[in-house]
Amino acid sequence: MNDALGSDLMLALPELWLACAGMALLLVGVFLGDKATRLVLWLAVGALALAFIVISDRPGSSATAFGGLFISDGFAAFMKQLVLIGAGVTAVMGLGYLRREKMERFEYSVLLLFATLGMMLMISANDLISLYVGLELQSLSLYVVASFQRDSLRSTEAGLKYFVLGALSSGMLLYGASMVYGFSGTTSFATLATAFASPVPPDVGVIVGLVFVIAGLAFKISAVPFHMWTPDVYEGAPTPITAFFSSAPKIAAMGLLVRVLIQPFGELAAQWNQIIVFISIASMLLGAVAAIGQANIKRLMAYSSIGHVGYALVGLAAGSPAGVRGVAIYFAIYLVMNVGTFACILAMRRREKMVEQISDLAGLSRTRPALALVLAVFMFSMAGIPPLAGFFGKLYVFLPAIQEGLYGLAVIGVLSSVVAAYYYLRIVKVMYFDEPTEAFDRPMGREIGTVAIVSGLFITFFFLAPESLLAGAEHAAAALVP
Amino acid sequence: MLSLVVFLPLVGAAALLLIRGEPAVVARNCRNVALWTTLATLVLALVMWARFDPSTPAFQFVERSEWIPAYGIGYHLGVDGISMLLVVLSAFLLPICIVASWRAIETRVREYMVAFLVLETMMNGVFCALDFVLFYFFFEAMLIPMFLIIGVWGGPRRVYAAFKFFLFTLVGSVLLLLALLAMYFQAGTTDIPTLMATDFDPALQRWLWLAMFASFAVKVPMWPFHTWLPDAHVEAPTAGSVILAAVLLKMGAYGFLRFSLPMLPEATAFFTPLIYSLSIVAIIYTSLVALMQEDMKKLIAYSSVAHMGFVTIGIFTLTTQGIEGGLVQMLSHGIVSAALFLCVGVVYDRMHSRLIERYGGLVHRMPVYAAVFMVFMLASVGLPGTSGFVGEFLVLTGAFQVSTWVTFLATTGIILGAAYMLWLYRRVIFGELVREDLKSILDLDRREVAVFAPLVVGVLVMGVWPDPFLRVMHASVANLIGQATTGAQAAMLTLP
Repeated sequence: MNDALGSDLMLALPELWLACAGMALLLVGVFLGDKATRLVLWLAVGALALAFIVISDRPGSSATAFGGLFISDGFAAFMKQLVLIGAGVTAVMGLGYLRREKMERFEYSVLLLFATLGMMLMISANDLISLYVGLELQSLSLYVVASFQRDSLRSTEAGLKYFVLGALSSGMLLYGASMVYGFSGTTSFATLATAFASPVPPDVGVIVGLVFVIAGLAFKISAVPFHMWTPDVYEGAPTPITAFFSSAPKIAAMGLLVRVLIQPFGELAAQWNQIIVFISIASMLLGAVAAIGQANIKRLMAYSSIGHVGYALVGLAAGSPAGVRGVAIYFAIYLVMNVGTFACILAMRRREKMVEQISDLAGLSRTRPALALVLAVFMFSMAGIPPLAGFFGKLYVFLPAIQEGLYGLAVIGVLSSVVAAYYYLRIVKVMYFDEPTEAFDRPMGREIGTVAIVSGLFITFFFLAPESLLAGAEHAAAALVP
Repeated sequence: MLSLVVFLPLVGAAALLLIRGEPAVVARNCRNVALWTTLATLVLALVMWARFDPSTPAFQFVERSEWIPAYGIGYHLGVDGISMLLVVLSAFLLPICIVASWRAIETRVREYMVAFLVLETMMNGVFCALDFVLFYFFFEAMLIPMFLIIGVWGGPRRVYAAFKFFLFTLVGSVLLLLALLAMYFQAGTTDIPTLMATDFDPALQRWLWLAMFASFAVKVPMWPFHTWLPDAHVEAPTAGSVILAAVLLKMGAYGFLRFSLPMLPEATAFFTPLIYSLSIVAIIYTSLVALMQEDMKKLIAYSSVAHMGFVTIGIFTLTTQGIEGGLVQMLSHGIVSAALFLCVGVVYDRMHSRLIERYGGLVHRMPVYAAVFMVFMLASVGLPGTSGFVGEFLVLTGAFQVSTWVTFLATTGIILGAAYMLWLYRRVIFGELVREDLKSILDLDRREVAVFAPLVVGVLVMGVWPDPFLRVMHASVANLIGQATTGAQAAMLTLP
C-alpha cells in the first residue's frame, strides 16, 4: 500500500512540487510584502523550470495514479512542457509591465503558479472528476488574474465577464459530465472507453452529455460559437496577462479536449466528429473575417487565436495519430509565435503609457527596424507563409485532414487562411508602408527583447530542421492513439 | 553547385545586414555587395549552362538530402532542359535590376537589396526544386519579398497593388498546396521525378489539375485571373516590374510544364480546350485593352498577358515546336518585357510620369534611347531577327498542327500587338518635341547603356541564332511530350 502511494506520488511529482512551491511562495509573499514581487516571480519561474526539467527527464511511458484519476503519458508530458514554457515565459514578460504600471503585487506569480498547476492537472486528467478539479483550479486563478489591474475599469470588466461566462461553461461541462456518468455509470476515462467499445450503441443521454462536455471545453479554447468572451477579455486584461491567456490555458484546454475525445469517447468518433468539423470551420471563418475590422491589436490577436484554434481542430477532426501529432506541433509553433507577438505588443509604449492601436505601429520599420522585422516575421508566420514556422504548423494539420479525406474542411481552411492573411498583412503594411509616427519608448526591456528575438529566430529558422518537433509530437500522439 | 546558385544570393543578403557606417556609405556598399553577389550567381549559372549535357532528358547537377524524412520529403535539387535556361534568365536579370535601381532607389537601400537577393534565392529555388514541398516552399515564400518591394518602394497606389498581388497569388497557392498533399497520399512521396512516373486516377486528376490551375493561372496570368498584374506592374518600382514580368510570370508556365503536363496527362488532355480558349481571349482581349492604355507601364503589363497567352497555347499543343516555342517565348518575353519596363523607367526617372501624352518627339533629344526602345518594341512585335519572332513562330507552327482556328485567332493577336506597340512608339518617340520640360531631357547615360547592352545582345542573339537555347531543350521536351501524350492517348482508348 505504501509502495503504491509512493509511486503514485512520484508520478505526480511535478504537480506536487508546483503545489508546494505555490503555497511556499504565498507565505514568502505574505511575510515580505509587495516589495518581494520580483523575488517571488523569479522563484516561481524557477519552480516552473524545475517542473519542466523533471517532466522532460522522465521516460514517457504511460502510467496512472490515485486509482486511475491521474495519468502520466507521452502526450501529457509534451503538452505540459508547452504549458510550462508558455507560463514561464509570459510570467517573465510581465515583469517590466508590473513595475511600470505600479502593479507589483506578489499574488501575480502565485496565481500564475496555481493556474499552471490546474492546467497540468487538466492535461493529466484521467477521470471526469479530476478533469473538473483541474479545470476549476485553473479557471478560478485566471478569473482573478484577468481583473488584476483592479483600479482599471476595463480590467475588472474583463475579469467579471470571464468569470460569468466561465462559470456558465463550467456548469455546462459539469452538466454534461453528470449525464455521461448517469447513463454509463462511471467517470473513469478507461472504463468509459471500454463501455463504448461494445457493439451496443451508446444511450442517447451519453451523446447529449458529450455535446455538453464539448461545449464546455470549446469555451475554454475559445472556439466558435463559444468565443464571445475572448475579444473583451483579451482587450481588457493587462497585456502580459493576455499573453498568458492566449498561450498556456489554451494549450491545456486543447490537450484536455484532445484527450477526452480520443480516449474515453474515441469509439464515438462518428458522433463528435461532425461537431468538431463544424466548430473548426466556424472558428477558422470567424477568426479570419471578424479580425479584419479590428483597430486594437489585442482584439485582433483574440480573433487570430480563435482562428488558430480552428486550424488546430482540423488535426483533431482527422482523429488519426497524425492528426493528434499535427495538433501538438501546431500548438507548439503557435505558442512561440504568440508569445513573440505579445512581447512585441508589450514593447508598444509611448511616453510611459501602453498603446494598443494598430495605427500606433505606423512606420515602425523606420523608427525601430529590428522590432518591426521580428513582428513582421510573426505576422507572416501566423499567415502561414513559408519559410516561416507557421507554414509547417499548417502543413502538419492539413496533411492528416487530406489523408482522412476531409477535403471540404481542408479547402475551407486554406481559403480562410487567405482571408486571415489580409489582416496579418495589414499590420506589416502599417509598419512598413506607412509614414512613421512618434517612436516607442526605449529601452523596450531586456526580458521582452530576449523573448522576441529568441522566438523570432525559432520561427525564422524552423525550416532548417522541421523534424525537430516531430519526434516529440509523434511520441505524444502514440501515447493517445495506439 | 546548384545549392550555391540558389543560396549564394541569400549569403549576400546576410552580408548586407552586417554592413555598418554612415548612411551614404552603407547605401553604396549595399549596392556593390548586391551587384557582385548577383554577378557571381550569374557566372555560376552560366558555368552550369556550359556544362549542361543536352543529350539527356534526365535531371542534372542533382543534389539530394533529407529534410523531413518522417514524411519522405527531401531537399532535392536538379535542372533539366526546361528549367536550365530559366535559372539563367533569373540570374541574368538580377544584376540588371540592381544596376537599374542604382540611382532610382534612394531610401532604405539596404532593405531593398536584401529583398531582391532573397527574391533571387526563391526564384532559383523554384526552378531547381525537385521536391514538390520544396517547390511550394520557394513558390510561396517569394510573396514576402515581392510584397515588400511593391509596398515599400512602389507608386501612389502601392498598398492596394501589393495586397492584391499577395492575396490573388495566395489563393492559388493554397489550393496548389492541397493538390500537393492529395498527390502525396496517392503516390506516397513528394519527389517530383517519382510523381511524374506515377499514374493518378483520371477522376482525381481533374480535381488536382484544377487546383494546380488555380495557382499557375494566377501566376501566368491567364485571363480572367490577370487583374492583379496591371496594378502590381504599374505600382511596383521599375526593377520590381522587371522581375515580376520577366521571372515571376514564368513560374506559372513552368508549373504547367513541370506538374500539370507530365503528372496529370489525362486531365491535361481534357482541359486543353479550356486553356486554348482562355489564351485566345487573353491574346485578343488584352491586346485591345493595351491599345487603349494611357499609362505606358500598364500598356506593357497588358501586353505581357497577351504574350503569355502564346506561351500557354504553345505548351498545351504538346508538340515539339509548340513547347519549345513556348519556352523560347518565355525567355524572350523575359528579356523584352524587362527591357520595356526599363525603357519606361528611364523616362520615368527623368520626368516622373508614365503617361503617354506627357511625351512625344523624344527622338530629337534621345537618339540612343529611341534606338534601344525600337529594338525591344520590334522584338515585342515579333519582327524576324529578334527573339520574339522565334518564339511566336514556333508556337504558331505547333498550334497549326493541332488546330487551324486556334492558330488563326492567335495570329490576329500578333497584328494587334504590332498595332499597340507601334502606336505607343510613335506617340512617345516620334512627332514634334512640343513640351517645354522635355527640351532639356538627357539621353541615356553610361550606366543605363550598360543596363541595356546585355539585353539588346540577348534579344538579337536569340533571334538570329536560337540554336544554343533550343539545343538545351530538345531532349527534355521530347521526354515531356512522351510523358504527356502516352497518358492522353491511353485516355482516348479507354473512353467508350
